[in-house]
Amino acid sequence: MKRVPWTLIVFAAGLLVPLLGSRFYTFVATDIVILSLFAMSLNLLLGYTGLVSFGHAAYFGIGAYTCALLMKHANAPFVPSLIAAGLMAAAAALLFGFFCVRLTRIYFAMLTLAFAQIVWAICFKWNDVTGGEQGLPNVPYPGLDWMGSVPVLGGFRVADHFYLCALSVVALCFAGLRRIVDAPFGRVLTVIRDNAERAQFIGVNVRAYQLAAFVLAGFFAGISGGLFGIFNRGVFPDFAFWTKSAEPLIMTILGGMGSFWGPAVGAAAFIVLNQQITSYTEYWPLTMGTVLIVLLFVFPGGIAGTLLGLLERGRVRAGRGGTAAGAAPMVKRNA
Amino acid sequence: MFEFSFLFGQFLGGITAAMFLFLIASGLSLIFGVLRVLNFAHGSFYMIGAYLAWQFVHLIAPAPEGFWLAALAAAVSIALLGAIVERALLRHLYSREELYQLLFTYALVLILGDMAKIVWGTQQLSVSRPPSLAGSSEVFGVTIPHYNLFIMGLGPSIAVGAWYVLQHTPLGRIVRAAALDRETLGALGANVGWVYTGMFMAGSFLAGLGGALVTPIKSIVPGMDVEIIVEAFIVVVIGGLGSFWGTFLGALIYGQVLSFGILIFPRFSIFAVSVLMAAILIIRPWGLFGRPLK
Repeated sequence: MKRVPWTLIVFAAGLLVPLLGSRFYTFVATDIVILSLFAMSLNLLLGYTGLVSFGHAAYFGIGAYTCALLMKHANAPFVPSLIAAGLMAAAAALLFGFFCVRLTRIYFAMLTLAFAQIVWAICFKWNDVTGGEQGLPNVPYPGLDWMGSVPVLGGFRVADHFYLCALSVVALCFAGLRRIVDAPFGRVLTVIRDNAERAQFIGVNVRAYQLAAFVLAGFFAGISGGLFGIFNRGVFPDFAFWTKSAEPLIMTILGGMGSFWGPAVGAAAFIVLNQQITSYTEYWPLTMGTVLIVLLFVFPGGIAGTLLGLLERGRVRAGRGGTAAGAAPMVKRNA
Repeated sequence: MFEFSFLFGQFLGGITAAMFLFLIASGLSLIFGVLRVLNFAHGSFYMIGAYLAWQFVHLIAPAPEGFWLAALAAAVSIALLGAIVERALLRHLYSREELYQLLFTYALVLILGDMAKIVWGTQQLSVSRPPSLAGSSEVFGVTIPHYNLFIMGLGPSIAVGAWYVLQHTPLGRIVRAAALDRETLGALGANVGWVYTGMFMAGSFLAGLGGALVTPIKSIVPGMDVEIIVEAFIVVVIGGLGSFWGTFLGALIYGQVLSFGILIFPRFSIFAVSVLMAAILIIRPWGLFGRPLK
């Protein structure tokens, strides 16, 4: 069977969004693109390495503040600022992760939460640098004026230019993530997830691999935070608060942590749902909580997991599947 | 540098805050110790307990000491809420990875937080002190409301009471056995399912009681749920997850660090307690009094 290049099709469709000419669609698309990177970065830990981090917002927040401070106060150009955002977040992830990977399960989650609270406290109280509770408003847009002189792009608004820029950055990051999980490195991560003890026996330095995954996840979260600060036109301490760490977890569960694109699908579903719900009720958390409970009990594989499971079943029924009908797995992890 | 009476006042303030934290954190710790579930919704139970206390006080307004009845009714209601949550939903997640349990309790945080907004709105609510404890006394030049003295006495009483029940009664033996080995306890004929429900109820009761009793001191606001739960986490981590006396000590340490941290570096006291939590997790993940768990 010939593979359909879905990734390219989705990317191309994404490029066309500004042609719709709607401020709203561009806004929603930017939101989805940036937050799907946040969720995908978390899934490197959650789905691939089997580490439950409850403090991923720390790296998102560090990236956001780094990028915003550089662009706002140092007038640094966009690309170096964004790379610095990723590197700062990765450096923090290296420092924090060094201690976190020494702990297991619930203690790991608690320590990631503790570090995230430290980052939040710094953002919240260090008024001279982070602006404290008021945050850093008016983060400038990157200088994308050159886009104005390109034929088709010339007619677009600044927000559209930024959207195309964010889309390209995120697409690059996704390509990077794909390379990471398909490389032998990524395979070792899944071995650790499935059985850390066995990985140790065959000579894998489990902690080193976990730490490497933690740093990479931190790097991509930092990039997504940097982009989000610009998109949001401001950076606030809430970016690093513990409830923010729950968001990518929910997106990942919603989309399905068992497949590569699951978290991105989840982020898109999360944001579209948010837009729909908030247009006629202010009680978004109530709706989200209810959706989450239904997911946990009825569709633990998320959207992607459930769809893949249905596809698999269909194939088995049609007699084309390799597995026996009864053994078709509901969730095919990282297929 | 500082007057003695001022320092003593800070110290007492720290103790009062510690006793509230102990009420809440001990429930969290009991639930974790037996069920091995880290309950994010514990803070929400605390907040709903506070709102219910306010509601019950208003329902029985004319009664002079109605506050006590209202507080008790609020705590009992929260225990029942806990029972429903455990029996109907949480029970089915014990066999799953902890991520599912964490997210389930987080979903409860979202739902209960919004429900509280729907029912009680977003304005600040407050409850006045019960008339019998409305006065205050002066100790070493510090004026202490009687209500705070009552809280300072209540915390240790609950600690000793719970310790006695856990260590010296047949019921306590079953609970301790459930914490150690669920399957063996079941094989010996105990109804482990109900032990779990009972522990979840007891923990929720403490959260509800803490919420109800804090109303004369702090006003009730949306968002108090996500704030207190992090503080309660810090307290149980310092003392050791699942360790009862550890939680008591953890609360005392937290109260004093916060109280004196404000004097030493005013802007960074919340920073100091988070660092303390991280440091303890790094050096002794099972806390000062807990034991390493397999």
